[in-house]
Amino acid sequence: MDIFLQQIINGLTLGSIYALVALGYTMVYGILGLINFAHGEVVMIGALSSLTVIRLLADSGLPGPVVVLIGLLAAALVCMALGFTIERVAYRPLRNAPRLAPLITAIGVSIVLQQLAMLTWGRSYHSVPALLPAATHEVLGATFTEVQVIIVAVAALTMAGLMLLVNRTRLGRAMRATAENPAIAGLMGVDANRIISLTFVIGSALAALAGVLVAANYGIAHYHMGFILGLKAFTAAVLGGIGNLAGAVVGGVLLGVIEALGAGYIGDLTGGVLGSHYQDVFAFFVLIVVLIFRPSGLMGEKVSERA
Amino acid sequence: MHFPAKTLAVAVAAALIAVGCGKKEAEAPAPAPQAAAPQPLIVKLGHSAPLTGPQAHIGKDNENGARLAVDDINAAGITIAGQPLKLVLQGEDDQADPKQGILVAQKFADAKVNAVVGHLNSGTTIPASKIYSDAGIPQVSPSATNPTYTHQGFKTAFRVMANDEQQGKVLGAYAGNQLKAKSVAIVDDKTAYGEGLATEFKKAAVAAGVKVVAEEHTDDKAVDFKAILTKIKGKQPDLIFYGGMDPQAAPMAMQMKQLGLKSRLLMGDGGCTTEFVKNAGAAADGHYCSLPGIPYEKMPGGPAFIERFKAKYGDIQLYAPYAYDAVMVMVEAIKRAQSGDSAKILAELPKTDYQGVTTRIQFDENGDLKDGAVSLYIAKGGKWEALETIGAVAAPAK
Repeated sequence: MDIFLQQIINGLTLGSIYALVALGYTMVYGILGLINFAHGEVVMIGALSSLTVIRLLADSGLPGPVVVLIGLLAAALVCMALGFTIERVAYRPLRNAPRLAPLITAIGVSIVLQQLAMLTWGRSYHSVPALLPAATHEVLGATFTEVQVIIVAVAALTMAGLMLLVNRTRLGRAMRATAENPAIAGLMGVDANRIISLTFVIGSALAALAGVLVAANYGIAHYHMGFILGLKAFTAAVLGGIGNLAGAVVGGVLLGVIEALGAGYIGDLTGGVLGSHYQDVFAFFVLIVVLIFRPSGLMGEKVSERA
Repeated sequence: MHFPAKTLAVAVAAALIAVGCGKKEAEAPAPAPQAAAPQPLIVKLGHSAPLTGPQAHIGKDNENGARLAVDDINAAGITIAGQPLKLVLQGEDDQADPKQGILVAQKFADAKVNAVVGHLNSGTTIPASKIYSDAGIPQVSPSATNPTYTHQGFKTAFRVMANDEQQGKVLGAYAGNQLKAKSVAIVDDKTAYGEGLATEFKKAAVAAGVKVVAEEHTDDKAVDFKAILTKIKGKQPDLIFYGGMDPQAAPMAMQMKQLGLKSRLLMGDGGCTTEFVKNAGAAADGHYCSLPGIPYEKMPGGPAFIERFKAKYGDIQLYAPYAYDAVMVMVEAIKRAQSGDSAKILAELPKTDYQGVTTRIQFDENGDLKDGAVSLYIAKGGKWEALETIGAVAAPAK
């Protein structure tokens, strides 16, 4: 039982990380119908730039959480500027191009960012100083750290905050209008370009947050860390229904838990025929089954053909 | 879908021409022969390792080792058949990806390099060795340790490091006899190296009376191992053996600590790096690893090499001295052959008896290092401390 509980905790943390990153994918997709494949790299840039600031402040005598907070703010600023630039340079000129074109520039941006990060921060792995409370707690034989609690809480709060923003504020209404039809929204007095820029800026700030938390959780950061994370988060967003904020979180958590349980039990259930390396196969199998019965994801609405 | 195939083809061709021309200009020997000085003998060496991706730091380390050797040779002013020898190193990035490794190998074959030093990973070295064998290019890998590499019957394949059969045997016996482990969980990263080492370890560990309680697998890009570690925790083994590289080993050690696992980690050379102890921090303490060869400090040319390497490139990550020796073994063969011709180098390589930085290098009939030693280390206070060396050959008396 303690092992089962531990696997659920493992999955929940992993899933919350996926969820945080997936929120960024889903926001951009919800408004533009564009899959921003560079999002994983923005997460990576967030993690590494916060690390640079944290290292500068490590000897300043400030309490750990304050240093992390300053690092996070710096990373958020860097990522917001980055997100704004990416949209202006790589996506806006192609807004009316065939859908394949922005997809390819997205992959291009992702490669460029990875290489830039490699040149800036080097090829080495960076260990992240343990500034957040790292105490381990035990419940019913399962252990968890305070960082894990923070991750789960942040993912939930972020989702709630974003839903409030989108559904209850003027800005959110403008976002929804832009998502429906940018041209008509423009006629109604919404500056669609500004809204789209803002979406990217908010999404990138989220990426910075995710990056800092991922680095704190694994204690390690590297210029290549965004790639797999981005891929998994994208999967989570699709599983939950891409474009839907709650769906991103549900999809992320579900994917994390499925992976943990898959790795933990698949070997025993199949008598050792399939090992723990089938955890991804297991996760994607669930994704395929969901997509067969609900093509727009678990919580995705039926998408009507856009004119 | 309408695809502008012609435009694309033209663009690709143009790009290729541009790249090709750039290369030629950079590599062509200075075409102005001075009246008296003899033409230098240009020998092209290919070097391949992952220079991007999770193992980029280890790959760059190899390339730096090889580059140091090339610079040394070019500065030494060696004369081959009346011509001054000039080595040119062509460094390529195989991303630790078998598919990319084949592309790089083909590129070397097309560029008619005289010899190849590489690749770093077993996963890239094995498929690439077929291409070098077909093209008759001699290949010395500094660090590919999967036995298959030299057991395919290729006359072109050599390595300057003990293979996984030797390393796995030592690790397995050590787990049972010295560490007195009763049970072990085996984890590998499903690469040719990781899985190969884990297989050899398992055989030797079982023979030494250690019970294997779990066999788990991950991959060489993963960072989260909590699920498999939790599963292993339930079986409470004395040891966890990991066949893989440090990008996975360091977070694994940290997550073991977070989950409260009491088991010790035992790793092969892939985890035996400065990056592991640096990144795992306090979680690294008390874990074990092995490295083919003898500790850097105890290598015949070790201390001097470390100093020179550090001055130029910083700390050694892992295999740089082996890459250095691999180049030197090639040069020795070139000297004996008095030629840079691939076939002639190849004829001389099996006769190698060279006192390198790492050890005395001789090859057996497969191209494996004769009597490869394996050393064991324990992590203590942010450093690997040497425990003991098993199977070393004495350096020849001078």
